[in-house]
Amino acid sequence: MNTTVIDRKTATDKSANTTEQQTKIAVKDLNLFYGEKQALFDVSIDIKEKEVTALIGPSGCGKSTFLRTLNRMNDLIDGVKINGKMVIDGEDIYQSNDVIKLRTKVGMVFQKPNLFPMSIYDNVAYGPRMQGIKNKAELNKIVEESLRGAAIWDEVKDRLKSSALGLSGGQQQRVCIARAIAMKPEVILMDEPTSALDPISTLKVEELIASMKKEYTIVIVTHNMQQAARVSDKTAFFLNGEIIEFDETNKIFSMPSDQRTEDYVTGRFG
Amino acid sequence: MRKLKDKILLGLLWFAAFLTVAVLVMIVGYIFYKGIGLISFDFIFGDYSPSGGGGILPMIVTTIYTIVISLLIATPIGILAAVYLQEYAKQGRLVNTIRFATESLTGIPSIIYGLFGAVFFVTTLKLGMSIIAASLTLTIIVLPVIIRTTEESLKTVPRTYREGSLALGTTKLQTLYKVILPSAMPGILSGLILSMGRIIGESAAIFLTAGTVAAMPASIFSSARTLTVHSFLVTQEAGDIELAAAVGVVLIVLILILNLTATFISKKLNKANY
Amino acid sequence: MSSIPVKKDAGEIGKANKRKYILEKVSGRVFLFCALLSVVSLLLIIGFVFYKGSHPFIAEGYSFIDFLLGSDWVPSEDKFGILPMIVASIYATIGALIIGVPIGLFTAIFLAEIAPRSVAKIISPAVQLLAGIPSVLYGVFGLAIIVPFLQNNLGLIKGQSLIAVIIVLAIMMLPTVVTVAETAIRAVPKAYREGSLALGVSPIGTIFKVVVPAAKSGIMTAIVLGMGRAIGETMAVILVAGNSLVIPTSLTDSIRPLTTNIALEMGYAFGTHQEMLFATGIVLFSFILILNFVLARISSKGGN
Repeated sequence: MNTTVIDRKTATDKSANTTEQQTKIAVKDLNLFYGEKQALFDVSIDIKEKEVTALIGPSGCGKSTFLRTLNRMNDLIDGVKINGKMVIDGEDIYQSNDVIKLRTKVGMVFQKPNLFPMSIYDNVAYGPRMQGIKNKAELNKIVEESLRGAAIWDEVKDRLKSSALGLSGGQQQRVCIARAIAMKPEVILMDEPTSALDPISTLKVEELIASMKKEYTIVIVTHNMQQAARVSDKTAFFLNGEIIEFDETNKIFSMPSDQRTEDYVTGRFG
Repeated sequence: MRKLKDKILLGLLWFAAFLTVAVLVMIVGYIFYKGIGLISFDFIFGDYSPSGGGGILPMIVTTIYTIVISLLIATPIGILAAVYLQEYAKQGRLVNTIRFATESLTGIPSIIYGLFGAVFFVTTLKLGMSIIAASLTLTIIVLPVIIRTTEESLKTVPRTYREGSLALGTTKLQTLYKVILPSAMPGILSGLILSMGRIIGESAAIFLTAGTVAAMPASIFSSARTLTVHSFLVTQEAGDIELAAAVGVVLIVLILILNLTATFISKKLNKANY
Repeated sequence: MSSIPVKKDAGEIGKANKRKYILEKVSGRVFLFCALLSVVSLLLIIGFVFYKGSHPFIAEGYSFIDFLLGSDWVPSEDKFGILPMIVASIYATIGALIIGVPIGLFTAIFLAEIAPRSVAKIISPAVQLLAGIPSVLYGVFGLAIIVPFLQNNLGLIKGQSLIAVIIVLAIMMLPTVVTVAETAIRAVPKAYREGSLALGVSPIGTIFKVVVPAAKSGIMTAIVLGMGRAIGETMAVILVAGNSLVIPTSLTDSIRPLTTNIALEMGYAFGTHQEMLFATGIVLFSFILILNFVLARISSKGGN
């Protein structure tokens, strides 16, 4: 494998047009096995900086599994083997052993809100505290900024010290996003973040995602094709552990080049 | 015909349940009936007098010593062992071996623990018949209890807490003491309280390792008798059922308090757990 | 081709994180060490008890067969036969099972299936609580009530007897059997019951033909645990057994089970005598190991 140092700018794809963002995450021939069973097959994808990339596909197609390789959450499962290249900012994350650094840089929001049984404040301050930040004023600032960043500040500012589990599901999910933002990540992974929410909360989270794109590179797994169409710049269609098609979201939904993509986005299966 | 058979069976079920409850009520009732008359402030807080009439303070103190020492040692070991089994270990031969050993320890009768304590702690380690030798023996007795209850409560902590914390760039250790252990605490605490009950109820193992000296222990290296052993000895040696029952009242009340506390803690903390 | 740029220094771990990784490794080792302590304890217990107990047979020329099958236990005359105690332990345990298991099971069935919820809610925790009461107190009760009762009603010279031990052990195992069996019966899915009732089987018939068989492995566990409690009980048994060294031929004979032999004589035994008590412990231990093995088989079957 080639490990030459190449300036990031010159490394961007030559065929890309000039308005294209820089590549944030470059994946090449990634294979993943659960024991004997292969779940991802030669996945290659370039995810651009400060864009929203949606991963769609039927259940069990490997889109969530792929998402979890981006911050090495699959490491928690016994018997997972991964090969191929996954490079974030020029660093192959499976060559490096610094998972802590990776996960502070690549945040994650899960399918169901998973706040800890602590106060709202402590939930958001949790990550920074674990990084050794003890200064109260600094923590206050981080908490406020993060909650504002997740568009939930006004709703919770008067009850920061009360239990986070007393919030509604939609509020909890936005606090989860605030908790991820508090780490000042560069990439945020979202695993079907609205699947457990009602339509109004879903809309709020979608608006939030759209506004967050200015600062973060976002990769979102979703079951909901309208959602993918609404929030994402690019869309990758997964089927049976492979990427069938990856392109501008408009193109995927209006004139996909692969028949299977068309079948899926038009609802013929899945 | 079938109806008759059903009726007989139903009758037997009622009868069995009645019998069980009656017998158990009778035992507790008898102990209280016989023993309650002796219970007084002086009985509980008075020093023992070999000529009779004294209190049981030395036995209470000895019992407290054994509880404190054995839990001081067994609690950290048991909790960390459970953490290893639930949070760190990859399933495989090593974990199976540890589980098998823990389960086997649960099944060993206390007289065997007594034999072991007598040859290992009392003789080999030269601790003599003493509170410390008994406490170390008790440590091994309650270790599997603590491991099992801690494992059970770790299992109830949602996986999403672990993922949520680790995804924020924390280490397993940080996740453990900031998120997992606090969530598992009610279960762990009730496990510890039940272990106290086990220590209080233990007799054979203590009998062989702490000896039977009926006096206020000068230190943890003295031989002494716990409440349960005292209750046994006054029955066996003097046939003093009344005294044995009075000690029994103290024991039953203690166990009752411990059980209620355990239930209370797990209910209360589970609710307070946001 | 694989032209993804990779920085050369990329694999470096930050200083702050390095400490965390070291701590992580060290703590993992500490946890493993704690977990291994239970294995170490078990090995020490088996090692010491077996070493001490096998010494007379290995180094002092005593015959293990004579030890097992000898009927005389006279340490002062160098006679060590534990057949009476083995027989006493087995009789006492089987007897306690014969009385305790049906009553315990029927009580468990009653609490899980028949009793109104409000009644079960009071009785179940109370029975559970009784499992935690020091066993010595069961012995005190046995000596104060059961022994005199037997003495008066059966016209015995001494009420301390096999039957007294059996009754005390049966009572003592009740809470264990009831609690474990009740949990097992409650765990049987509702659908089983409904399926049977829908076929026109009576409620009682459903309990005995469908529910109880479905809870079989849990019920077996309850029995084995109760049995473990009976065979290992020591101090309560001392009080009601009478402790005579004869092979019991009737329910009214005074007996000395394996456990009580150890507890009664450890205080003053030394030398070969003491080692023979450890050998007694080995025999008891073997019974328990067999029980554990059976229990493991049952629970692994229950898993299927």
